[in-house]
Amino acid sequence: MTKFLQRWTVFAGLVAVWQLLGWFADDPFFPPPSKIVSAAWDWWVLEPENFTGHVVPSVVRLLSGWVIASVLGVSLGLLLGRSDRAMEYAGPLLVFLRSIPPPALVPVFLLLFKAGTSMQLATIVFGVIWPVLLNSVDGARSVDVTKVDTSAVFRIPRWQWVLGVVLPAASPKIFAGLRVSLSLSLVLMVISELVGTDNGIGSQLMQAQREFDYTRMWAGIVLLGVLGYGLNTALLAVERRALAWQPRSRDEQHA
Amino acid sequence: MRAFTRGLLGIAGFLVLWELLGRSPLIPAHALPPPSVVFGELVTQLTSPEFIGHVVATVLALLIAIVIAIAIAVPSGLVLGSVPAVRHATRAVVEFLRPIPSVALIPLALVMLGFGPETKITLAVYAALWPILFNTIYALDELDPLLVDTARVFGTGRLGVLFLVALPSALPFVLTGIRLAATTALIVMVSVELMAGSQIGLGYFIMEARSGPGRMDQVLVGTVVAGAIGVLLNNGLERVRRRWVAW
Amino acid sequence: MSNMLEVADLGHTYGDYEAIGGLSFTVRAGELVCVVGPSGCGKSTLLRTISGLIEPSRGDVSLKGSHLAVVFQDYSRSLFPWLTVQGNVEFPLRSLPRAERRVRAAEALEWVGLSGAARKRPWQLSGGMQQRVAIARALAYRPSLLLMDEPFASVDAQTRFELEDLLLRVRREHDTTVLVVTHDIDESVYLGDRILVLSGSPARLVADLEVPLPAERDQVTTRTDEGFVALRSKVARLLNVGKPSMDVEKWAEAERESLSETVSS
Repeated sequence: MTKFLQRWTVFAGLVAVWQLLGWFADDPFFPPPSKIVSAAWDWWVLEPENFTGHVVPSVVRLLSGWVIASVLGVSLGLLLGRSDRAMEYAGPLLVFLRSIPPPALVPVFLLLFKAGTSMQLATIVFGVIWPVLLNSVDGARSVDVTKVDTSAVFRIPRWQWVLGVVLPAASPKIFAGLRVSLSLSLVLMVISELVGTDNGIGSQLMQAQREFDYTRMWAGIVLLGVLGYGLNTALLAVERRALAWQPRSRDEQHA
Repeated sequence: MRAFTRGLLGIAGFLVLWELLGRSPLIPAHALPPPSVVFGELVTQLTSPEFIGHVVATVLALLIAIVIAIAIAVPSGLVLGSVPAVRHATRAVVEFLRPIPSVALIPLALVMLGFGPETKITLAVYAALWPILFNTIYALDELDPLLVDTARVFGTGRLGVLFLVALPSALPFVLTGIRLAATTALIVMVSVELMAGSQIGLGYFIMEARSGPGRMDQVLVGTVVAGAIGVLLNNGLERVRRRWVAW
Repeated sequence: MSNMLEVADLGHTYGDYEAIGGLSFTVRAGELVCVVGPSGCGKSTLLRTISGLIEPSRGDVSLKGSHLAVVFQDYSRSLFPWLTVQGNVEFPLRSLPRAERRVRAAEALEWVGLSGAARKRPWQLSGGMQQRVAIARALAYRPSLLLMDEPFASVDAQTRFELEDLLLRVRREHDTTVLVVTHDIDESVYLGDRILVLSGSPARLVADLEVPLPAERDQVTTRTDEGFVALRSKVARLLNVGKPSMDVEKWAEAERESLSETVSS
């Protein structure tokens, strides 16, 4: 409890300092928090169509892209991870594909899918699938020999082997990958909106920049920070429940 | 060696698939030029000083960004990792700053720093900070207390422990953090060049090729080269870690 | 009495290395047979070929009935940490209807005296209890042959005695056929109806000994019984214990290693 107080006191203190500095300096680039909050209020609460028309679609795209990438990444990763041969074929290719900065492919996706949601989803999925995929491969490989033998001796059915042994054994690594992917999804969502559409948080940010409306720009940045924080916290809560079986309760890790 | 051959076969298979896809009528020809065309263009570009200039600009900016990020993140990580009070106090601030995507800062950085290399370097530094910082903190958490006690018994002071014991044993984790940071920084670097229209760099090359003549083969050349830089960076740093930090 | 397991001229080589060199023996229904031999003599290869985990290079393994269960030495790895104790025991029973699974698991846990721990996770239990879970899982599967690979090598001496007696009781009550692989001479004499003594690599059958002890055994009186002592010395002589040969040195080394593994794990 004291730790909780300690950390939020410092946070509040910093915000207060910023507020004071903002008042005194009166610099257009650094508006005080009070102005940012009121700008956000005017923008998204007093004009709810801005919220439903921009924020909601952004979040929906982000989450659907992440979910698609996660499902693809986990299934492909478990498959590849359980076959050394397959990994020998696919390994170098995966390393290369992973190293491609996804924004570089935005022009290609723009031509293939036209501007719009499918192009944005393609960008997000291509960008965030790698951490999940590679972590799933790693996790699937980490099933120890004794468990493999035990499963073989009891002649369990194929589905039980995959869902009951490989998946849970790989799950700690998979979750680490999912967390990295989730924060990457936020980045790619913004990137895909900066070029791809006229709606979404990213395009609103761009518009604020064009209108030299720094307060709104800050509001957008803060919103993205809050969004990232919220999503990460939610995923951590899910992870803690899903991995409650783990022998050692791990400290909250930031991977 | 056979694994190596299989890896090459995997890549070859991918290229064949791409070639077929690029030549199939399902996809508009200009949208996805086949690898045969792209590699022809790649050879042309690699001999062009202008293209090499773009590549050098990006790589140089990237290296600068990584060095700055290390210079900031490692000392901060050591402080946050070894002084729990500071860590708890700053936790909320750190947790709030971290999820802010660096690309969201593009508009702000543009108006404040302009269109020069400062913008992309600053944003890449911001993105590269976090993996290094968290890996350093994590490494200190994993520090074997026995090592610290041993050093203390021999009369090593607090700072001595930090530099003689904590830093060396944290090094493998820190290097892993740097490797992750380098990949992230590359993504951010190219994105900023793509969107913020700096006048030089791989991302700028890609954007020019797209918006001007619509040369998708050049776009893909840029993409392939960016991917290659990523692979080299990743493998190089991994090799450094294995070679110099064998413990 | 019918034969539960028949092994005929079983041999296995890894590349140039011959691990097993032509083994033939049988295990009769309801019998408890111990295989004893120096460490690294190919006992685990034998176990893996019998259990079907690897295909032997030559020879035949025929098992009456289709089910076979294995209790591994390393209980901490053979149990699944994400399942409860009950989930672990039900693990091989997925093809059965849920209600029957429940009944069988509860029954097996009762046999090993762990009814109270059904809802716990394996890692919340002591090593000896974890190995009892593994035994319960094997029993719930109703195997025609229960294979045990150094099952008590990773627990402390006291627990080891308890588990040995538990095994004797359970197999007597449920008429299970058991093949125990061990490198512990005392354990093989104490547990077995018969002892198969193997030579060092490649593993060959040196002797097939009946154990002339009553079915009812006791940790104190049996171990001081003349028959027990005589048989133990005989097996030890067959294994060349006490003579300063290379094999024994290696064996002792392996023994120390397995001990230190136990301590560190």
